[in-house]
Amino acid sequence: MSRNRLYFTLFALLTVALMTLDLLLGSVKLSPAEIARTLAGGGDETSRYILFNFRIPKSLVALLAGAALSASGLQMQTLFRNPLAGPYVLGVSSGASLGVSLFVLGAPLVGLGATGIEWLRNIGMAGSAWLGAAAILTVTLAVTVRIKDIMAILILGMVFGSATSAIVELMQFLSPEGLLKSYVIWTMGSLGGVSTGQLYIMAPVIAVGLTLSVALIKPLNIMLLGENYARTMGLNIAATRRMVFIGTTLLAGTVTAFCGPIGFIGVAAPHVSRMIFRRADHRTLTPASMLVGAAAMLLCDIVSQLPGTETALPINTITALLGIPIVVIVIVRNRNVF
Amino acid sequence: MDSRRIYTIELHGVTLGYGERILFRGVDAGFGWGEFTALIGRNGAGKSTLLRTIAALARPLEGSITVDGQPLDTLTPREIASLISFVSTDEVRASNLRVADVVALGRAPYTNWIGNLRDEDKQMVARSLELVGMSGFATKNIDRLSDGERQRVMIARALAQDTPIILLDEPTAFLDLPNKYEIGLLLRQLAHIQGKSIIFSTHDLAVALELCDTIAMIHRGGVHYGAAAQLIADGRLQQLFDDTPLRFDSDEGRVRLREEK
Repeated sequence: MSRNRLYFTLFALLTVALMTLDLLLGSVKLSPAEIARTLAGGGDETSRYILFNFRIPKSLVALLAGAALSASGLQMQTLFRNPLAGPYVLGVSSGASLGVSLFVLGAPLVGLGATGIEWLRNIGMAGSAWLGAAAILTVTLAVTVRIKDIMAILILGMVFGSATSAIVELMQFLSPEGLLKSYVIWTMGSLGGVSTGQLYIMAPVIAVGLTLSVALIKPLNIMLLGENYARTMGLNIAATRRMVFIGTTLLAGTVTAFCGPIGFIGVAAPHVSRMIFRRADHRTLTPASMLVGAAAMLLCDIVSQLPGTETALPINTITALLGIPIVVIVIVRNRNVF
Repeated sequence: MDSRRIYTIELHGVTLGYGERILFRGVDAGFGWGEFTALIGRNGAGKSTLLRTIAALARPLEGSITVDGQPLDTLTPREIASLISFVSTDEVRASNLRVADVVALGRAPYTNWIGNLRDEDKQMVARSLELVGMSGFATKNIDRLSDGERQRVMIARALAQDTPIILLDEPTAFLDLPNKYEIGLLLRQLAHIQGKSIIFSTHDLAVALELCDTIAMIHRGGVHYGAAAQLIADGRLQQLFDDTPLRFDSDEGRVRLREEK
């Protein structure tokens, strides 16, 4: 335990360090001294503007998105007893994307128009992402109750992914150019694109989702033994499923709504936590996954700005490049993770 | 059912089955307190289904089951969890899951919202591991154990759940002969020394006949319950081998090929 306490401390420090580094990087060069001054309440107007409107929100978004995706991935891996489960792989992110694209591209098509009120638009995006995520989860859960085969569920997730991208492509084809560009940028994933207004929706919803995943610690531990054991120990499986369902919808849905579909953090971060903390107990694994997810997301954001170019690389490509090797290691090295 | 006996589990007019298939209909039976009982029967006779139904994992199509005099369907899942623990055939395989974690999960019905172990829970876990002879394995990972060791851990988990009744679905399947007997002896000891009522389904007739107090035999839609000697004397056991190349030699208490003299 003391060994894991050390790892928790190290990861917390690493997260703080990454967050600091994240604040230093961006298209406009700000020196560490300037940033320190600005944070202390000084600094000129430009640096205040950049720091408080762009860099701090962006690193907060990275922190929240990383913790959220990782926590939802962990829940799904335990619930489906499947090491490859995650919001992206099982099609939850696709469902959320479909919801968002229906809202962003579809609403103008039927004459609703892009509403000028920002908070209404933000809630619309979040709401449609939740609906989309919930729809996919409903189907997935309905199928898992009948089909116990893990592979079938994974294939189903891939099929959902393809189906949603087909629908989205169709809608893109029908959409005017102006809308299309902002939508395509959204699909590449972006942490910096989240406005302060959106952060006000994102932060409390993710806080609720993360609280749910803490409440799920004991039920998920019991689920490690499988459904029969869980039920004979008095666990209400249906209620546990519902909680995971709501938690995943809120966590993965919200991140997808505002940052775009971000892959591989949700699958990979829980595995990195398992490799480092070497426990299956969710009392360790849940906070560890949140911490590792947040650190990983900050790292991805830092990497995406490293080339020193004016524009950052799409976050999605970075999470894939960093996450895929971990997923491959998991498959190859540990064929019986569950 | 013998009215003079006190039963821990009673079946009242129980019909079991799934879908179109009826396994047995309108069965009355009782299982005694603190007895070590083997549940035998051919494949598909309904051994697992009966155990699952007593554990409230499945519902009887008709009739009712009482545990400790209380109908199962009037008890909450939490109440059932403090009366009956179940050792299923499901293989528990999660990476980094330690033996002590698995056994500690047996305390789940009694721990707080996050599952923290109090001192008495920790003592219970340690004692359960000791009873099955796995104390030295507490920090080992469950996926590094042999089948026999894993079965002992699952029995320890059931002991940690601290229930008067333990049901086990084929705990001796996939074990070698010494392990079959060792698990059987362990269960018998737990029944006789810890006072647990233990029912386990099995195809190991020799283990069942040698070690169990009573045998419950599911055959041709009925449940026949009694001491091994009784079932043999009544010619019940022999019926298991009707229409097979085997016969039950009641003098020697073992199965033989029919052509053997």
